[in-house]
Amino acid sequence: MKKQMTVAEKNVMKWGWAFITPTMLGLIILNFYPVIQTVYQSFCKTGDFGKGNVFVGLANYVKACGTPETWQSLINTIKYAIIEVPLGVCIALVLAVFLNKKLAGTSVYRTIFFLPMVCAPAAVAMVWKWLYNQQFGLFNNILHKNVAWISDPKIAWIAVGVIGVWSIIGYNMVLFISGLQEIPGDYYEAAEIDGATGIRQFFAITVPLLSPTTFFIVQTRVIGALTIFDLMFMVMDKTNAALPNVQSIVYVFYKYSFDQGNKGYGAALVMILVAFIMVVTVIMQACEKKFVFYN
Amino acid sequence: MESARTRDLVNKIIMYVILTVVAFIMLVPFAWMILTALKTNQEAISVDPFYIFPASGWHWETFGNVWKSYNFILLYKNTLLMIFFRVLCAVLTATMAGYAFGRLKFPGKNAMFSLVLIQMMIPSQIFIIPQYLMVSKLGWLNTTAGLVFPGIVTAFGTYLLKTGYQGLPRDLEEAAAIDGCNIGQQFLMIMMPLTRSSMVSLGIFTALFAFKDLMWPMIVCSSVETTTLAAGLAKAQGQYSNNYPEMMGAAVLAVIPMLVIYVIFQKQFVEGIATSGGKL
Repeated sequence: MKKQMTVAEKNVMKWGWAFITPTMLGLIILNFYPVIQTVYQSFCKTGDFGKGNVFVGLANYVKACGTPETWQSLINTIKYAIIEVPLGVCIALVLAVFLNKKLAGTSVYRTIFFLPMVCAPAAVAMVWKWLYNQQFGLFNNILHKNVAWISDPKIAWIAVGVIGVWSIIGYNMVLFISGLQEIPGDYYEAAEIDGATGIRQFFAITVPLLSPTTFFIVQTRVIGALTIFDLMFMVMDKTNAALPNVQSIVYVFYKYSFDQGNKGYGAALVMILVAFIMVVTVIMQACEKKFVFYN
Repeated sequence: MESARTRDLVNKIIMYVILTVVAFIMLVPFAWMILTALKTNQEAISVDPFYIFPASGWHWETFGNVWKSYNFILLYKNTLLMIFFRVLCAVLTATMAGYAFGRLKFPGKNAMFSLVLIQMMIPSQIFIIPQYLMVSKLGWLNTTAGLVFPGIVTAFGTYLLKTGYQGLPRDLEEAAAIDGCNIGQQFLMIMMPLTRSSMVSLGIFTALFAFKDLMWPMIVCSSVETTTLAAGLAKAQGQYSNNYPEMMGAAVLAVIPMLVIYVIFQKQFVEGIATSGGKL
């Protein structure tokens, strides 16, 4: 039974569609059509001089899966995430708890911790590259060592991860602070009366009640870390010996798609990345039910 | 009671020590960037750990040299134009769509909104190759239009503004409707002004991420004259990599504008990121 629409309802519909049309059109042209296009492209070989695409079936995927570089870059990306996400989240949480305590001068600290967030990663990476410089860098000068921070394959991935942590702490911290402000103060007052110490309060009240915020931050940061590009691109020179052990999957995607113009192969790489992120997302959703405490 | 007070004091001291140490670590790269920029290259590469300050005077002229050799005036202009148009387009389209999704009831709304949510879950790397091909076909390579292109609409902003509109009290429109306002007038004169804080959040968020983006400007604006600060810096790094004071000078010039804006508007920045980032 279709109900006849009243004049007023029709009027609302007219306005509603008029308001959403620009956004929906934009999303379809800029996002949904490109998804289909990328899927199609991943089955094609890019013709020379823009001569159009030649359908090659699964050849790009076979090549990508058979190339050790693909797997190594995926492992590099995971290794980066293993440094950035836990450290970035834990340090930010501790700082947020301190800053939430209404100490004098908290706004100054907050401003400082958030500073890296407003800097372009390209500039940040340049500065860190200079700090890490083997001959003249600040770190080797202070430590009186001669460490090849970013060109020794064994430690370069850690050095890059450290830059990632430094850059993201402030962002995570701001999200934690707004999460902390939603925890009612009476919980802490009650704990105080019961004689619970600060550390006990942290684990018994803050951690469980903050778990939705924590989960949210972890989830967005995991996806952010898995799509990391700027740091690797800026810190690692193309001639750097450690590049194969540090380059991320998006870096490899960029290299093939835009440096070498092989868009078909690049599209296949991006599809592998998307599939991987989907698997990770499903796993995280499963963990959410287990570890996150919703009031 | 006395012991509780000592315990509080000790806790406070521990917290301040940790905060200060972390703050120091956060500031070291900034300090070293600025100090290096003010040295001569000879001083910058002299291997002496505690050679912190420039010895032969402070070489402010480095900034002038870098300003010219990296063409910063163009980089600033391109970045500013890109940010301006991205913010304008994103806020405009998102506030309209957010209002419709948040306040109006019409057939097809839920299906369309689920498309918005789906877009937010797709990693953006998948869009890049086709977006590049479109920009290239339109002849927009090396133009501001090309830089702005992927940011004309925003699923995330639509979602953010929708939440903003949903939070407003119900009877507002009814009162306006009784006064004879049509839906367009209700939106423009009554509802939109009330979501100013959501729009500011979205604007800051859009501006910050457009400013930080590296890959897109590198792809669509490969020439130095048309590119943004981030991509221009990446290009310059490859060209003049041995003059450390100049490189740090360029980094200073690239981060200064956003840093100044942040320090002035830090309340809006932090709140903007907390409310919008918290919903991403």
